[in-house]
Amino acid sequence: MQDQTIEQHTISVLVDNEPGVLARVIGLFSGRGYNIESLTVAEVNPAEHLSRITIVTSGTPMIIEQIKAQLGRLVPIHAVSDLTEEGPFVARELALVKVVGKGEPRVESLRIADIFRAHPVDSTNESFVFEITGSSEKVDAFINLMRPLGLADVARTGSVAIARGNPAL
Amino acid sequence: MTEERMNGAALIIRALIDQGVDTVFGYPGGAVLPIYDEIFKQNQLRHYLVRQEGGAVHAAEGYARSTGKVGVVLVTSGPGATNAVTGLTDALMDSIPIICFTGQVPTHLIGNDAFQEADTTGITRPCTKHNYLIKDPNDVARIVHEAFHVARSGRPGPVVIDVPKDVQFGEGVYVPPSTVRHRSYNPRTEPEAGKVDEALAMMAAAKKPVFYVGGGVINAGPAASETLTKLVHATGFPCTQTLMGLGAFPASDPLSLGMLGMHGMYEANLAMHQSDLIVCVGARFDDRVTGRLDAFAPTAKKIHIDIDPSSINKNVPVDLPIIGDAGVVLGELLTGWQSKKLKADESALAQWWEQIRTWRDRKCLAYRQNGDVIKPQYALERLQAHLDQQKRDVYITTEVGQHQMWAAQYLKFEKPNRWMTSGGLGTMGYGLPAAIGTQIAHPDALVVDVSGEASFLMNMQEMSCAAQYHVPIKVFIMNNEWMGMVRQWQELLHGGRYAESYTASLPDFIKLAESFGWTGLRAKAPGELDDVIAQMIATEGPVIADICIDKQENCFPMIPSGAAHCDMLLGPEDEASRPISEDGMVLV
Repeated sequence: MQDQTIEQHTISVLVDNEPGVLARVIGLFSGRGYNIESLTVAEVNPAEHLSRITIVTSGTPMIIEQIKAQLGRLVPIHAVSDLTEEGPFVARELALVKVVGKGEPRVESLRIADIFRAHPVDSTNESFVFEITGSSEKVDAFINLMRPLGLADVARTGSVAIARGNPAL
Repeated sequence: MTEERMNGAALIIRALIDQGVDTVFGYPGGAVLPIYDEIFKQNQLRHYLVRQEGGAVHAAEGYARSTGKVGVVLVTSGPGATNAVTGLTDALMDSIPIICFTGQVPTHLIGNDAFQEADTTGITRPCTKHNYLIKDPNDVARIVHEAFHVARSGRPGPVVIDVPKDVQFGEGVYVPPSTVRHRSYNPRTEPEAGKVDEALAMMAAAKKPVFYVGGGVINAGPAASETLTKLVHATGFPCTQTLMGLGAFPASDPLSLGMLGMHGMYEANLAMHQSDLIVCVGARFDDRVTGRLDAFAPTAKKIHIDIDPSSINKNVPVDLPIIGDAGVVLGELLTGWQSKKLKADESALAQWWEQIRTWRDRKCLAYRQNGDVIKPQYALERLQAHLDQQKRDVYITTEVGQHQMWAAQYLKFEKPNRWMTSGGLGTMGYGLPAAIGTQIAHPDALVVDVSGEASFLMNMQEMSCAAQYHVPIKVFIMNNEWMGMVRQWQELLHGGRYAESYTASLPDFIKLAESFGWTGLRAKAPGELDDVIAQMIATEGPVIADICIDKQENCFPMIPSGAAHCDMLLGPEDEASRPISEDGMVLV
């Protein structure tokens, strides 16, 4: 039998920045029943109208192979790169975390933010919005610590990633 | 050179002509009137008016599959586009190159729920290889040329070009095909170095090899089929074909095992099951072919040659994938086999053929024609006998169901592009419009739509199209008054409770034919069959031959759903003795 272990992979895709391209990618995932754990997209090369989509997905090795092959089949896609498979890569996520509270919990949230190198980017007498950047696990950990201290709202970007070292996608 | 400027509609026509298109299937409407106006003004493109947009796409599919060219469709916005969706999905599943122009409301009305507006690019995104919405007349020519490149290169497929009405009226610059290069879509056709040698080594070492070939060989052009035939002869291996691959290898060749799969030949399925090497060329290990996956060809190493990387390891893990054009890879395999003077293990191969002969001797297609009811198998054998006498080229289309499987089993295809059937999607109503498209591409050929009475009713409006253009197709209706395959499954899986599968209130097909200016014929008894077939072929115009066949006959052999290749049912006797598993029940 084939390998049935579920693996998490970070896939980086270079696409034409044109209308509908994101719908093609998302439609592929929903239509074929693949998982999207996070997805980010933004233009990275305005001169050539190229965007990079970073997708974190999970599945058996056979499914991951299918996902890459199916992505490669989409006409406006220039390159598909499986960062997880191709070697070391850096992945970062940004989150904005709103914490509401007074007194000791409020001070504690600021102390923990300092440990995590999260910065307050908005403040009222009863609230902070922290900006935190790091691996998804670090962001998870920070959010969990904020929970008892008055966590009110979270906005996360999802993971963006790039290969370490010289080669370009 | 001075730049040529014209309106968007004229740009489309000009680009089509420069792409070598001379035939368009379509249906007009408000959002495509400027394009129809340009068609009216010229003589190089011939437009064929269908009676429903779905018919236009199937006609273009028949045209494309029988010629290897791109089929072109023109329909209006909204319902025109949505009616085309089934045909587009059909073309996507069967890898048929189609360009479908859809009209669209003017750009400033898009998103306003305008009259006959539909989100065509949104709706067709999952059922096309690619689609475009043109927003600027200056993009028209480039996009049309790009669309042809996308439709016919790599694994072919349908491409939709959605053209708002203001873009059809607006003026833009023309660019010829030679100036257009695609930025990102340039699929690989040459195999990776070394892979062919690896394949050759595996082939030379095999003791029980089998070629398993599909529609990819046909899509690679007639030369690929010739190369395949030479390679099969050079190796002496048996060769089985998928439903889509019939004709890729000559049916009469002694090395042919015929079709494999759910209703395939006993010897083909058993050979796959017991082989030690499967060389798959342009086929995709579809569920109709593999049967129960965990019991599929358990002892075989697998080489998979395909132009589409996503076909590799999708259903069945393979030992050696080779990405490339079937024709190119087969050519390299043949050259390598010959230049290295490779030889199959002769004694092993002789034993293998001996084994195959014992399976062949089971005569899985045997049936008994007795009594005064026409057996469907007999009807097709007689049809084939008459077709064999033809000096003309013969093309067959089918609808979907029992008759389709019987046609695949009992008709013989010696060359590629002669067999047009809806394989992947299984679209009832495909055969009649596909026959029209095929006949238009080959005016002097004999084109027969092997049909069922239920499928025929799904697109019978196209009789009017055939009458208008004097398209002399022959519709051979295997009339058993049932949706036969539905009834067969209800018999097998649902205790013979025949819910809604009886085709009640059928028309009198002779009167129906006559009302459209066709000829109608009927055979009710075996003795009438030959005369009716001869008359059908001899009649100049379009004909319906209503063949009243045995109402109870089921399609065998059959691998029941959820079963393995070695568990084939050869006839009704097996059916009773081997009930279908619960896992199999849920499969389609």
